[in-house]
Amino acid sequence: MISPDSDIHVRVRGLRFSFGPRVIYDGVDLDIARGKITAILGPSGTGKTTLLRLIGGQWRPKSGTIEVDGVNVNKLTRSQLFELRKRMSLLFQSGALLTDLTVFENVAFPLREHTDLPEAMIRDLVLMNLEAVGLRGARDLYPEQISGGMSRRVAMARAIALEPALIMFDEPFTGQDPISMGVLIRLVSTLNKAQGLTSIIVSHDVNEVLSISDYAYVISGGKVLDHGTPEAIRASRSEYAQQFLHGRPDGPVPFHYKAAKSYSDDLLEPAQ
Amino acid sequence: MSSNSSILGDFLRGLGGATFFLITILRALPGALLRPRLILQQLYYVGVMSLIIIVISGTFVGWILALQGFRTLTTFGATSALGVFVAATVIREMAPVVTALLFAGRAGSALAAEIGLMKATDQLSGMEMMAVDPIKRVIAPRFIAVLISLPLLTAIFAVMAIGRAGGHLIGVDLLGVDQGTYWGQIHAQIKLHDVIESIIKSACFGVVIGWISVYQGYFAAPTSEGVSRATTSTVVMSSLTVVGLDFVLTAFMFR
Repeated sequence: MISPDSDIHVRVRGLRFSFGPRVIYDGVDLDIARGKITAILGPSGTGKTTLLRLIGGQWRPKSGTIEVDGVNVNKLTRSQLFELRKRMSLLFQSGALLTDLTVFENVAFPLREHTDLPEAMIRDLVLMNLEAVGLRGARDLYPEQISGGMSRRVAMARAIALEPALIMFDEPFTGQDPISMGVLIRLVSTLNKAQGLTSIIVSHDVNEVLSISDYAYVISGGKVLDHGTPEAIRASRSEYAQQFLHGRPDGPVPFHYKAAKSYSDDLLEPAQ
Repeated sequence: MSSNSSILGDFLRGLGGATFFLITILRALPGALLRPRLILQQLYYVGVMSLIIIVISGTFVGWILALQGFRTLTTFGATSALGVFVAATVIREMAPVVTALLFAGRAGSALAAEIGLMKATDQLSGMEMMAVDPIKRVIAPRFIAVLISLPLLTAIFAVMAIGRAGGHLIGVDLLGVDQGTYWGQIHAQIKLHDVIESIIKSACFGVVIGWISVYQGYFAAPTSEGVSRATTSTVVMSSLTVVGLDFVLTAFMFR
């Protein structure tokens, strides 16, 4: 697809997944290049977050394989999976900070859980990570005392604490004001360049994500509809890609959720 | 008929899932015991924070038993047995059962709500993705704290109900029962097995309440309604299980 095998960090083949009768993925193939930023684009409800949970091994696909560093995630035991997760991070849309811990303790959490580092070193590492996201001054605050944008920056500081090789961002820019969004975009890009992280960004903020991505996949209806470099995606003739990129209300992705009856029939039907 | 069998099927499936969950918690206990700080923190939240309601309720129950006991025993001219009446009722039944019911309402519901909200806000998923097992880090310490707290709170309840501020205050100081008779009868009539049976009961109730609370929280639907339902279910199921189990245990211990 996009790179030689050794440069592929995450390989997804023939992925099928459903919630009960609702099919989320119906034969999806993806390659996530090592050390690059890959965007997964698609409308809300298309299963983008599900994809990250599948890559992280939290959920199991109905069929197909998901390999991280050449290892099939779904064949691992729980302890092997936890070992693998020490090398990957998932940034939840909410930040998922532990509400009974301060900002400092949240960032220190993975270090305390997985290392025997002395307290002085943990303190230095936490302060360095908080400085990187501009929140060293907020170290003594609790999650409920900081804004949503700040929470995501703290989550980012926590995610890089163990220096993972792969970091997955779930809708990192949703609901952010322009300043916070700019800060987050710069952070994602800087982290990728400075630490050589493989980054997967799931989002529907098309322009922001494409501005920092090396490669992008457009997903809808359980399938990959388009993929390529940001330039190729922007120039795509695919009707779907064009509707999505330009935010048109109707097109291959219908504005209206499928209804059992026509609009007029529904209105004319007597109330029960 | 089919609806009955479906309810039975759901119940058995739920029981099976809950049993599997309990086994998972029990397997995580040795690891959790190696982190006493987490357990101490939870002991504060579920144990110390429940103290006030237990102390006050214990005192009132002691007063009520002394008043009721005195009235009944006066009919038979046996007011000297007031101490043992209060002590036997409290130690054998009231302390383990009432403490467990109050504890389920105060601490069990709080545990279910806390764990349910942690789930709803992705904190548990976040831990899993950080390669930290939430069963070991969140569930097991809370379960252990319940197991330790409930027997201790039961003992405190019993002391408050029988002691100086409880039954003694009403029986001896107010109604004039002789202090030596009050305590002497208790010493003579209350045996070690009464105390042991009380401890066994409260330990069993601790397992049940801890199990129900963390299970309801961990498997709550990640919505506000789901957390609310988990909290209510914790109190209802714990209370019913405690009184049902109390009957079974009493029947086994009855001699």
